[in-house]
Amino acid sequence: MDDVFTRFDLVLEAFWLTIQLLVFSGVASLVGGTVLAAMRVGPVAVLARLGALYVSVIRNTPLLIVFIFVFIAAPTLDLLVQTPFVVKGVIALSVYTSAFVCEAIRSGVNSVPLGQAEAARAMGLTFGQTMSQVILPQSFRAVVPPLASVLIALAKNTSVAAAFGLIEATARMRFFTNNNAGDLPLIFITFAIGYIILVEVMSAGAFGLERRWRAAR
Amino acid sequence: MSSVLFDVAGPRTRARHRLYSVVATVALLALVGAVVWRMYNTGQFAYELWEPFVTPDFIVVLLVDGLLRTLQMAFVSIILALAFGVLFGIGKLSDHALVRWPCWLVVEFFRAVPLLLLIIFIFFTFGVGDGFGPYWSVVLGLTLYNGSVLAEVFRAGIQAVPRGQGEAAYAVGMRKTQVMNLVLMPQGVKIMLPAIISQCVVALKDTSLGYYIFAPGLTFVGKQIYGEFGNQFQTAIVLATMYIATNLVLTWLATLAQRRFVGERKPLAVPMVGQTGGA
Repeated sequence: MDDVFTRFDLVLEAFWLTIQLLVFSGVASLVGGTVLAAMRVGPVAVLARLGALYVSVIRNTPLLIVFIFVFIAAPTLDLLVQTPFVVKGVIALSVYTSAFVCEAIRSGVNSVPLGQAEAARAMGLTFGQTMSQVILPQSFRAVVPPLASVLIALAKNTSVAAAFGLIEATARMRFFTNNNAGDLPLIFITFAIGYIILVEVMSAGAFGLERRWRAAR
Repeated sequence: MSSVLFDVAGPRTRARHRLYSVVATVALLALVGAVVWRMYNTGQFAYELWEPFVTPDFIVVLLVDGLLRTLQMAFVSIILALAFGVLFGIGKLSDHALVRWPCWLVVEFFRAVPLLLLIIFIFFTFGVGDGFGPYWSVVLGLTLYNGSVLAEVFRAGIQAVPRGQGEAAYAVGMRKTQVMNLVLMPQGVKIMLPAIISQCVVALKDTSLGYYIFAPGLTFVGKQIYGEFGNQFQTAIVLATMYIATNLVLTWLATLAQRRFVGERKPLAVPMVGQTGGA
């Protein structure tokens, strides 16, 4: 009956794995997304095209298909055979989320008024100076809300790993419901609240950052 | 290539960029080559592995049991989600706190819970055995999730209609319902349309989560095919291509709708809506 609460350590353990997936793939996709965004706004045409192609392919592919590629298709190519499941999960999530991070950052860069870049150029700043002194500090501000949305989506997306043998929160819920079919709603609410806490903490963090970095205009 | 971010390149910079391009192209070709070489080495080009995708019977199965079912699932759930969204979107705008708060709670709950968790819960509570099965479990899950997102779109869309419109309608003596139905909604829907269509892309992608509970659709057919032929890699490529093609068509429709109905105005910005990375 009260399995969820007597074995609450299992619930916490599962959410710990969810958080690990979230943090590792969050960091990896922030790095990946920034590199992609730099490729897309930079002056080298080949890289810009490549970045655009990557983003439009990944954005239109379901995350589950990306997971199938990493977990089921890659081993037939003798790739990632010995890799631990957690690492594979992080790879799949990062490959997917990088595209969305790239779009969030790019939209942030684009949201800085044109006059700012023009003024910086008129003063004789180089590309590097324009970016680092004028554009990027302003775009960080604009980037916070869309980036927070992307990372919150990532937190929810870690649940897809449940379908591929990672015992994170969603898979753990499945385990509990298997043993206690009677109190499914209770188990569901417990896990749902766990995810809601995760999401709310992230959006509160984003809100705080947004407020701290807001410019006096 | 000209941009305000950098000067028109001089001869030395152009040479440097050309070098970058060459290096990037070589690296890219090397990567593609490595993948092809790896595929060749592990025998992925064998005809038997690709055979299902050039056999008419399998193509029919992929299109009818796969793509059509997936589209059907997405379509039904979007229609239901629209109804849900209108109901709760208006509920969130209600003047009565007793209506507003429950609507807010429901919308926030379903937006924050992962869709897969929701689908699993619905399936194992109502779907198994004599229940309504995996198909409707996925549809119901998608409806609740997308409905909540659309409720938010709806609210934002109504609020994006200039204030004067509603005030003028009240001034000429319309009732609340009339103001909503005759003045705010017709104008709001135009603003919302692109966001609604891009949510369709999300719904279509999310149907793939039915994989976990053996719901029909592309991923289910794919699983059966690679289960029988052992051609995981080829199946994954075919499935991805089908999803990408369908979504590109939808995205194209969204741009069309944007241009036709919204014009040059900025698209509606609602957090956590559309392509922000939902599964």
